[in-house]
Amino acid sequence: MIPTLDSYAPFVGQNVLRQLRQLSAPLRGASVVHVNSTRAGGGVAEILHRLIPLQRELGLDASWEVIEGDAPFFDITKGFHNSLQGQPVAIRPHQLEHFLEVNRQNAARLGDALAAADFVFIHDPQPAALLRFTPERRGQWVWRCHIDASRPQRPTWKFLRELVGGYDASVFSLAAFAQPLPHPEYLVPPAIDPLSEKNVELSESEIAATAERLGLAPDRPVLLQVSRFDRFKDPVGVVRAFRMVRSYLPAQLVLAGSSAADDPEGEAVLEQVREEAGGDPEISLLMLPPDDHRTINALQRRADVVLQKSLREGFGLTVTEALWKRRPMVAGDAGGITLQVIPNRTGFLVHTPEGAALRIRFLLQNREIAAEMGERGREHVRENFLLTRQLRDYLTLMNALAQGAGELIELDA
Amino acid sequence: MRSPDPTPFEVKDCALITLALGRTAQTLRELRDRVAEVPLGSLRHHMLESKLRPSFDDPELPNDFALWALDALRDLELAERLSAIDAALLAEGETLRQRLLDVLEDRLAEEPRLDAARPGHEFHFLRSQLVVYPTDQAAGDPRALAELLPRFSLGGVYLHFVESRLRPPRGEDDFSTWLDDWGETGQALRERLATVDPMFGSLRELRSRIAAAVDGNGAAR
Repeated sequence: MIPTLDSYAPFVGQNVLRQLRQLSAPLRGASVVHVNSTRAGGGVAEILHRLIPLQRELGLDASWEVIEGDAPFFDITKGFHNSLQGQPVAIRPHQLEHFLEVNRQNAARLGDALAAADFVFIHDPQPAALLRFTPERRGQWVWRCHIDASRPQRPTWKFLRELVGGYDASVFSLAAFAQPLPHPEYLVPPAIDPLSEKNVELSESEIAATAERLGLAPDRPVLLQVSRFDRFKDPVGVVRAFRMVRSYLPAQLVLAGSSAADDPEGEAVLEQVREEAGGDPEISLLMLPPDDHRTINALQRRADVVLQKSLREGFGLTVTEALWKRRPMVAGDAGGITLQVIPNRTGFLVHTPEGAALRIRFLLQNREIAAEMGERGREHVRENFLLTRQLRDYLTLMNALAQGAGELIELDA
Repeated sequence: MRSPDPTPFEVKDCALITLALGRTAQTLRELRDRVAEVPLGSLRHHMLESKLRPSFDDPELPNDFALWALDALRDLELAERLSAIDAALLAEGETLRQRLLDVLEDRLAEEPRLDAARPGHEFHFLRSQLVVYPTDQAAGDPRALAELLPRFSLGGVYLHFVESRLRPPRGEDDFSTWLDDWGETGQALRERLATVDPMFGSLRELRSRIAAAVDGNGAAR
């Protein structure tokens, strides 16, 4: 069942819900169309599944369209994605033409809904060219970039810039991700849903059962890192830190990620991690299906300390999830992690395996301080990184777009 | 004959949306250069409106410039001096910019060895739009206002108690302006509110201090 706005009251309080209702009043009846490239899988679809019913409940005429494309189209857009994140990817002219052609076909299919909408949110690069093929549009068009585009490959960015430059505004997750564009660039940090499978409260018995199923001993502390096997997440550094901890204290390490079967680089990193772990029975390398959210949830709740020892990071939603579960964090001093892990308050920022080991030992031996950090982390997420805050940002943004570019916008009663 | 009561205090709320300005600084010198050229609205954002932005409420450093000096430049002296700049100077427009520039230039003159922030820790200049909207809350008299204050949203606290001080001509909080119309009836509450420093701490703490002051039992009295 899809949660209603009132389901969030226990987490954020009535003041926040009242604010959402008041802020949405001037937008009642406005048609809002979100467009992305998939209805299932991935963080964007996850958020839209929750956000759109809430926008509807608030009186907006919100809908969600998904573009259709063939396999070569999605190969190209995967290339865009990697390339925007800085990986060198060669995209050939005929591929760019195919990308535009698929967008043109989708614009013809979705044309009326898009042209008539008051607000159109185009998520990520896949449908970015819809604007070009919707000349008779009446509403405001916003390009929502969920990707860390702080260091894009220039040829890809130049191509995309031509497409997204014509939008009325764009939205990035962090200031560091934004690229120069000829329109207002809004910042809306990501958020987690406290009612999703990944974050919902679990019973102690379910957490214990999951730990047992995964072979974790109940009597030793668990250290956990949830991430892809990617060298920027530094899983090898995590194993080294764990070794240093183990020479002082008993502990178990879990590195949980998705299967790296379709990712040659991931496979190589996983092999390196295996080698570094050297068959240590206290180190578990778990390959979980990408949608096994409940297992991840249980692992995060079972962990005594959660690690995210990234060398580079986008926002780091796994950090948000762990903080929400009151886990103290030991994390890399990188990207959006620094907005979440506040040194000595919600965890520690580290730069080396040695630093990580020292902080882990501190947290394992100072349980009260660890618990206080966990509570602070929970409150930090409650205030700043829950879905209701993201919903508020979108409503504020739409009000601002509807009213003009002023710094102070007064809405009527 | 008693004059008619003033009109009720109508509570408003606000929400902030942040925008990237597309300008960054990696060194103190770059920070100085950017502070000299960015719109005043950007300085207002980093000095004051950041209280409404999703971020951790630092209990010690009250503005983004001071936080960056400490976190990215590791310059404690500069952080302390930037912390001491009163955001209320925003009411005087360019005076705030000049005060910031004075502090930054003094530091550049006395400490030539200053380091750059590591990659990924640059200062990103932002600006914001504040959307103000009516609520269904109102206070008919000073007693009702005192009861309502502890339940204000953080946006309401910011708008009526902080941002209002930057608005001419009175440059004071909206509550005090309204209480003025109540003569002696409003004077006691007005005096208690005057004991609360509006620029210090997070909005949550500020709301607690306001609540303690109007309750009459708190430390702020």
